[in-house]
Amino acid sequence: MGTTKAADGAGALLGFGETVRELREAYEGGRTRSVAWRQAQLRGLLRLLQEKEAEAFQALRTDLGKHHAEAYRDEVGLLIKSTNGALRQLGKWMTPEKVWVPLIAFPATAQVVPEPLGVVLVFSCWNVPLGLSLEPLIGAIAAGNAVALKPSELSPCTSRFLADNIGRYMDSSAVKVVQGGPEVGEQLMEHRWDKVLFTGSPRIARAVMAAASRHLTPVALELGGKCPCIFDAMGSARDLQISVNRIIAGKWSSCAGQACIAIDYVLVEERFAPILIKVLKSTLKRFFQETDHMARIVNKRHFERLSNLLEDRSVAPSVLHGGSMDAKNLYIEPTILLNPPLDSAIMTEEIFGPLLPIITVKKIEDSIAFVKAMPKPLAIYAFTRDAALRRRIVDETSSGCVTFNDAVVQYAIDGLPFGGVGQSGFGQYHGKYSFEMFSHKKAVMKRGYLVELTLRYPPWDESKVTLMRYLYRFNYFAFVLSFLGLRR
Amino acid sequence: MDAAVAAAAEARERLRASFASGRTRPAAWREAQLRGLLRMAAEMEDDICAALRADLAKPQTESYVHEISLVTTSCKFALKNLKKWMKPQKVPSRLLTFPSTARVAAEPLGVVLVVSAWNYPFLLAIDPVVGAIAAGNAVVLKPSEVAPATSSLLADLLPRYVDASCVRVVQGGIPETTALLELKWDKIFYTGNSKVGRIVMSYAAKHLTPVVLELGGKCPVVVDSNVNLHVAAKRIAAGKWGCNSGQACISPDYIVTTKSFAPKLLESLKKVLGKFYGQDPLRSPDLSRIVNSNHFNRLRGLMDDETVAGKIAFGGQSDEQQLRIAPTLLLDVPLDSAIMKEEIFGPLLPIITVDKIGESFAVINSMTKPLAAYLFTNDSRLKQQFERDISAGGMIFNDTGIHLTNPHLPFGGVGESGMGAYHGAFSFDAFTHRKAVLDRSSFLGEARARYPPYTPAKLSILRGVLKGNPMAMVQAAVGCTGGRRA
Repeated sequence: MGTTKAADGAGALLGFGETVRELREAYEGGRTRSVAWRQAQLRGLLRLLQEKEAEAFQALRTDLGKHHAEAYRDEVGLLIKSTNGALRQLGKWMTPEKVWVPLIAFPATAQVVPEPLGVVLVFSCWNVPLGLSLEPLIGAIAAGNAVALKPSELSPCTSRFLADNIGRYMDSSAVKVVQGGPEVGEQLMEHRWDKVLFTGSPRIARAVMAAASRHLTPVALELGGKCPCIFDAMGSARDLQISVNRIIAGKWSSCAGQACIAIDYVLVEERFAPILIKVLKSTLKRFFQETDHMARIVNKRHFERLSNLLEDRSVAPSVLHGGSMDAKNLYIEPTILLNPPLDSAIMTEEIFGPLLPIITVKKIEDSIAFVKAMPKPLAIYAFTRDAALRRRIVDETSSGCVTFNDAVVQYAIDGLPFGGVGQSGFGQYHGKYSFEMFSHKKAVMKRGYLVELTLRYPPWDESKVTLMRYLYRFNYFAFVLSFLGLRR
Repeated sequence: MDAAVAAAAEARERLRASFASGRTRPAAWREAQLRGLLRMAAEMEDDICAALRADLAKPQTESYVHEISLVTTSCKFALKNLKKWMKPQKVPSRLLTFPSTARVAAEPLGVVLVVSAWNYPFLLAIDPVVGAIAAGNAVVLKPSEVAPATSSLLADLLPRYVDASCVRVVQGGIPETTALLELKWDKIFYTGNSKVGRIVMSYAAKHLTPVVLELGGKCPVVVDSNVNLHVAAKRIAAGKWGCNSGQACISPDYIVTTKSFAPKLLESLKKVLGKFYGQDPLRSPDLSRIVNSNHFNRLRGLMDDETVAGKIAFGGQSDEQQLRIAPTLLLDVPLDSAIMKEEIFGPLLPIITVDKIGESFAVINSMTKPLAAYLFTNDSRLKQQFERDISAGGMIFNDTGIHLTNPHLPFGGVGESGMGAYHGAFSFDAFTHRKAVLDRSSFLGEARARYPPYTPAKLSILRGVLKGNPMAMVQAAVGCTGGRRA
């Protein structure tokens, strides 16, 4: 995994050895464990988001051309909500959970006690650079860990914003930002962490998990996939319009489609495709009157990747709307395609851009088989009034989540676990799941000396076994009788 | 090697097709398999005990109490709670997305691989399979080849008692295991040592497969002086030699006590050992033997180490032919000796002494996190400190080992002792994907403030909504955009 300086047992000579050592010292010193420390960090984060909002918006505008309304709606605002939620729930999350103990162990108590894992590493991604950095940070801190955060170098302004401000508003020896590119990531992974959360592509995820396996570091991987949107007939024009609004929000309004939960492609019955396309076109025109109401493509490499998808000879004829590209400003117009070939790159890779293929099927139920044939995505969306279809989608498909009659908004609900399955990853967070992601649930059992069951011990004989049979079936009555010699 | 690869691929393909057919999803199928396992444990008890005796000379009582009855309880617990576990859990959805309903649905991961260990070869094979089946998966089970009698028995019995199109046993050693690990599974559940655990995880990384690794470690027992010594000694002995002669991941590995208390503890342990196993422990039928000559030689090596041999305070006898080692106590071996650096996994129990009992924490924390940590004390402050400052998979005060019998407690490691947990509902969760389902099927509230073109007024409403401001919520819900129609 790349070259590293010679490593000694403590890893001090590896790159970033100093950083890791400081974090470990901060954690072992014990101060990240206290409620007061965790609350102070979360309040610090809240102040950061409030006081530095303008700078945050500017960073997101520079990195992605994100309009500050989108930045607030999808990143800053959600982070404020999550931080407040964590502050409110922290006490409850930290409280050990008492569990039932079988009578055989009387007197005894048993609890599940959450404890921090220790020193954790969060790799963030460039498309929601603030959200994907700080949402995990909230969980890691709430759980009492020391944290290293590595933002993506592809969103350098946000990365710098975090590096400049986190240390000012939070405990800088226990919460650190490490900037840099892939080599930095590789060097960080040479060290032992108590957990690593990675958000990004499957290719790099494999490398991260392989590196983690050397230290038996548990990982959580938040990957992507092609999130389909199954579009069934809508009963009324109003419902149709609302659905289209939401599809647009779930595609172009989500970082120009560069989001792991953005709608990737749409499945619709052939007879409804025309009306869907018509309303999509007219609504797109209304929503995106100015180019600055949609984010731009993050960089030249992705811009070229996306233009290649469109310029593919077998795909170009299927472009129905949009398609114009501004290489200088890295802007691609909202683009709709109708039935590009299923084996073309645009239909086999995650698009991650403002191109929306519409695939027609004969019957809407055929969408289910279509979706099942693809790798499991992070989200499946379906716009439908049909409860039976909804039930079939939930029961027969698999994805990180399923959202009916809207898109992307599931991200905002703390009570819902956020994470993938299969190719879209494993591990979940948001709300209390964030706390659990960075915690170890320690089983703690306490016994006394009052009652001592000698039948536990050798030398063994048949009568002891019989007694144990009753106990293990929690058949206390038979046990007592047998114990008293009243039952054979 | 090719045969192994072909067998592995064939097993997985069969199971993939079975899973895709939907067979494993209904509660009825899952219950039928669990009942099959229950019947197997009941009807084949003698055969199972015989296999365990062949593999480990395991006393029948241990076979029953530690393996068969735990499998039975596990199946019954799963049967009792299955419908509850399968039910989607409602989630209060926020006013943010009003109106909507949200829930978390439990769905099987698909086709999973369980690789089990040799020391509790029946329990550690079937217990994870119980969880996988309860969660609706198809399972390939690879029992440990180091316990060959149990492995063949499982290969023979499982197809007779459960649905062979969805639950398969693949026997074999390294080539067969490697062939299985090369394939893509929806989850891998491995019980064993941390060296192989790393290998399993690195294979899983290629396919982005999530794993549960149930590993081991050096489980410390701290013994304070204010305890009922006789009972403590018995409980330590039961958790050590009474558990497969110390070859158990949660067996006490070493003791830490004060210099002043050590002699008393030593005497008490000797007395208890005499009572449990008699004057000739090598011939006691109540002790398991060492599993094979590799491990026998490894353990003898730990004892014969020149810095350690002189510290044997009790026991030390062994019979190479019978693969038996007597319960052995050692006093104050050097902390850098091999016996204190690796997991012992045998009937040798070093006692490390410190001046004050609080110093035991530093000894424990100088090592990697174990699967279990034990403390015998009546001092509640010491208990609090132990709970806070010692990290382990699980811990018990004033006993050893029994936490694994409580299905309400998660059983699993942390750090070097592993990742993930199981038992009870945790077994179900280990093989389940929690799928978030959000349903906004009422189109009642349409928040136009969400959409471009963005205006300051819309942003103002969004701010209010995200902060939970009721007025803003109402505005959003009625489609207000705060200004000119946009």
